[in-house]
Amino acid sequence: MSTDAGTRSTTTTPGRVGYGRVGDSARRPDGTLKVTGEFAYASDLWHDEMVWGVTLRSPHPHARIRRIDITEALTVPGVTAVLTADDVPGDNAFGLEHADQPVLASEFVRYEGEPVALVAADHPETARRAAKRVRVDYEVLPAVTDARRAMDPGAPAVHRPGNLVRHLRLRRGGEAPTAPVVVSLDFEVGMQDQAFLGPESGLAVPAEDGGIDLYVATQWLHVDQRQICLALGMPPEKVRLTLAGVGGAFGGREDLSVHVHACLLALRTGKPVKMSYGREESFFGHVHRHPATMTYEFGAQRDGSLLYAKARLLFDGGAYASSTAAVVGNGGTLGLGPYRIPSVAVDAYGVFTNNPPCGAMRGFGCVQAAFAHEALMDELADAVGVDRVAIRQLNGMREGDLNITGQVIDSAAPVGELLQIVSELPLPPERGAHPDLRSLPGAVNNTTHGEGVVRGIGYAVTYKNVGFSEGFDDYSTARVRLEMTGGEAVATVHTAGAEVGQGLITVEQQICRTELGVERVVVHPKDTTVGSAGSTSASRQTYVTGGAVKAACEAVRAAVLDRAAGVLRRSAAELRLDGEKIAGPSGELLAGLADVLGDDAVEETVEWRHRPTHAIDPETGQGEAHVQFAFSAHRAVVDVDVELGLVKVVALDTAQDVGTAINPDAVVGQIHGGSAQGMGLALMEEIIVTDGHVRNPSFTDYLIPTILDMPPMQVTVVEYADPHAPYGVRGVGEPPTISSGPAVAAAVRAAVGKPLRRVPIRPEHITGT
Amino acid sequence: MDFLQPASWQEALELRAARPDAVPLAGGTDVMVELNFDRRRPGALLDLGRVPELRTWRTEDGCVRLGAGVPYARVIDELGKQLPGLAMAARTVGSPQIRIRGTVGGNLGSSSPAGDAHPPLLAAGAVVQAASAARGIREIPVAEFFTGVKRNALAPDELIGAVRVPVATGPQQFSKIGTRNAMVIAVSAFACALHPDRRAVGTGIGSVAPTPRRAADAEAFLAGELESAGLWESRGELPETLARAFAVRVAAAASPIDDVRGTAAYRLHSLSVMARRAVTWAWNDLREAA
Ligand SMILES: Cc1cc2nc3c(=O)[nH]c(=O)nc-3n(C[C@H](O)[C@H](O)[C@H](O)COP(=O)(O)OP(=O)(O)OC[C@H]3O[C@@H](n4cnc5c(N)ncnc54)[C@H](O)[C@@H]3O)c2cc1C
Repeated sequence: MSTDAGTRSTTTTPGRVGYGRVGDSARRPDGTLKVTGEFAYASDLWHDEMVWGVTLRSPHPHARIRRIDITEALTVPGVTAVLTADDVPGDNAFGLEHADQPVLASEFVRYEGEPVALVAADHPETARRAAKRVRVDYEVLPAVTDARRAMDPGAPAVHRPGNLVRHLRLRRGGEAPTAPVVVSLDFEVGMQDQAFLGPESGLAVPAEDGGIDLYVATQWLHVDQRQICLALGMPPEKVRLTLAGVGGAFGGREDLSVHVHACLLALRTGKPVKMSYGREESFFGHVHRHPATMTYEFGAQRDGSLLYAKARLLFDGGAYASSTAAVVGNGGTLGLGPYRIPSVAVDAYGVFTNNPPCGAMRGFGCVQAAFAHEALMDELADAVGVDRVAIRQLNGMREGDLNITGQVIDSAAPVGELLQIVSELPLPPERGAHPDLRSLPGAVNNTTHGEGVVRGIGYAVTYKNVGFSEGFDDYSTARVRLEMTGGEAVATVHTAGAEVGQGLITVEQQICRTELGVERVVVHPKDTTVGSAGSTSASRQTYVTGGAVKAACEAVRAAVLDRAAGVLRRSAAELRLDGEKIAGPSGELLAGLADVLGDDAVEETVEWRHRPTHAIDPETGQGEAHVQFAFSAHRAVVDVDVELGLVKVVALDTAQDVGTAINPDAVVGQIHGGSAQGMGLALMEEIIVTDGHVRNPSFTDYLIPTILDMPPMQVTVVEYADPHAPYGVRGVGEPPTISSGPAVAAAVRAAVGKPLRRVPIRPEHITGT
Repeated sequence: MDFLQPASWQEALELRAARPDAVPLAGGTDVMVELNFDRRRPGALLDLGRVPELRTWRTEDGCVRLGAGVPYARVIDELGKQLPGLAMAARTVGSPQIRIRGTVGGNLGSSSPAGDAHPPLLAAGAVVQAASAARGIREIPVAEFFTGVKRNALAPDELIGAVRVPVATGPQQFSKIGTRNAMVIAVSAFACALHPDRRAVGTGIGSVAPTPRRAADAEAFLAGELESAGLWESRGELPETLARAFAVRVAAAASPIDDVRGTAAYRLHSLSVMARRAVTWAWNDLREAA
């Protein structure tokens, strides 16, 4: 059993800084710059000759555009271009999975905030004012804004032929048997935003060859490039992308934002064009997490063992497809949680509405489902009189089990152990007689001195696929060069893997140091002059781009040793490369790297793939859909002022299997941040949409947790190496976002004693007023 | 846009009169947000940051004369004893950065129904000192200052020089509801002040009506009940039924709406819970002090 092979480390002290190799908490090369405020984010991009681009957006969730009149806008002094759909030279359509989204709306607008026209001017303010003078004649159309109505026969069609994006049907284990214990519930999850701090920004610079160089904050340069090329009608060699400083992503930068717009304006004006959203525009400029309505039923034996599960999940995809189909894929194939269930029936739907488009966000379809299956697991525990940890351990997956798509879990699945760990972590002390206000619900807002405060504890466990699934060709490319520079061995690593703050560049350096034994590793700017690295999403980059860098290093090493073998007249198999030395079988120094390389550099480029995944059967949902699974558990302790409905999360502790921690500090950072984001969804984070209109597009009213909302965490990092993955890594970034929210929601329910079947839980849900 | 920087109060008042298109600028934590969103494009900004007397406070005739430009951070550090209700409210404003820049004068200038300084100023019976070059100082009781949503009684040529707040003669409390535990605009807010010297009760409610306002009936009711039960003298326990009856009257003074921050029903409910709790804390403080 893999549990014997692994080691368990409790990361309460910072990881070893060491030499910066795999397993060390190597320093981030961008760390000091970011902490001191000197890091150049995309919003800091500058060119002396640049003009500013702005976007005119639709005020209506659904309308026909009768006419657009740009004459008046063009007369504003300082304006250099005003563009509409007619000015898109290539396909006026883009999209991650389906190219269904216009670069600029032509006939219809389908959501509030949809781009309609672009303006470039010598000052952003001038451009904004000119944009207000673009006259758009709209014929407002009825909008479908309730996902539950979207598939009704009479519902307005957002797209032809209809509003269904995907229906995933999953059946396993035959008809559900009759069960002595049956529990069921409905659950609803609101629309969460990624709320990254660095709004969308980019700078497009027209080049002499008629092409364009785009500097932009994104998650996947090559998928952007593909879509931009189609819209501009240009070949990839003419459309070159370089990653600009990314201030957070969380899925919100998978779809295009300023990309094509800035390029169109730059090509039209012949000038560099900068586009940079403000906070309000950012809320309209990227996709959000799908709101979901879910109906779940579990049937079980009297001891609590699951006999069957039925689930229906409905994801509101908003106006365009984005990654809705893949989110439905995750919700459907993983949406019953990390449990062994003999008979399963799942129907997951994604639909079009005239709400804001929804797409990728950390946790991707699993977050919504986890709220439902974990709430129902608590119901089941109570119904059979079993402890809430024990019921999960009883039903929890183990290595070798089949999941609900019939796929073998072929590496560690420590569900029971993770729950055991979190349930045994020390509990926070009881509230004293004179508690500090900051430790109470409401904090210094001074709403309670202890009155009405009830403590609750909640547990949740999850699993999430790592990497792209359902047969997607998921690969990454790495180019590694080794050379002597100034008497020192220097490795240069070049990938297009987007660093979005998670620490990929540190990991790339650590892998090069480990494989080549060098100290100095230069990270080449991320751009499209190297092959695709795939997306910085699905918790995949350390695994996939890490794998590619490792493979490229191995190729470089082999090439160097081949050369050394020639020079030394020995077989390459008996040589080793260690930094600046070529050593023999017993470690004896045979030559210096300088002797072997001279002024040459050895460079290798490798395209690396993880094990293939497969499409699922359209009738049964069965298949080897995923490449790896990552598990985490949380225990939340909350104090709720039950009379006012205010919540203070007192503790949020977690255990997570990360396979191998390449950088232990970075791993804990991901777990802290992911946990906060999950807690935010449970308690406060929601884009409120009424009749297709976003009502809180600002950080004044879209609340994310502050330091007074987030408790200190006990984080236990478990390392059961995955034998199929490079170094045994397992994706880290998403699981904490999935299990933390349901644990917090469960703790609130425990304190309040009400079902609370919707998140975010608002104060009035608790008080019933 | 002109940027006017008077170095004295007199100069500031003259500029205010001469430039009706100018927007006064104190800490800028409201003004700059408005400018950023292009909600406002005034002809000029009248920066009050260089007028020294606006940034001072002193005690005179039993009142703190609080310069309009004193930031929240100093109210918290320096006035916790004299103006405990205002200091408690100041502590809930924004983040440390906002409390360093933002001022009570600016809060009054904006006159938002959610302004946190307003309920304690109402409960304490504060007076706004408006001034103009033409007419000198005009005193406006804070209860008459707010005239509508984000509107107030200032004349176009007037500036707020200071607010005169009676030094506390008894306990004061401030409570505010927000959906997170810091940096949050009030969903509802309540302030109360006990004035044992006058055997009176003061209140202020926020975010539950078009303007901040007093709950005058509740004040009179509680003061009267305390009187008839002899509690002002005996300092006996505050009966829970009395606290509840007071809370019902506080809520009756509100006329809240539903919005993204909360429902009207929750606003009323939370207001009454805060009123009950806060008045009980204040009364217990009074008993302990005895
Ligand atoms: C992130 C953030 C969080 C916030 N949180 C809170 C909160 O929790 N509670 C809260 O109440 N507010 C909050 N605010 C709003 C703001 O901080 C307060 O209203 C503050 O009191 C404004 O003071 P200021 O000095 O910055 O005013 P300014 O922005 O300089 O001015 C505000 C208004 O008052 C006018 N004005 C200023 N001084 C004078 C004067 N002497 N005479 C006449 N008019 C004058 C200005 O013209 C303007 O209309 C927040 C703001 C931000 C940006």
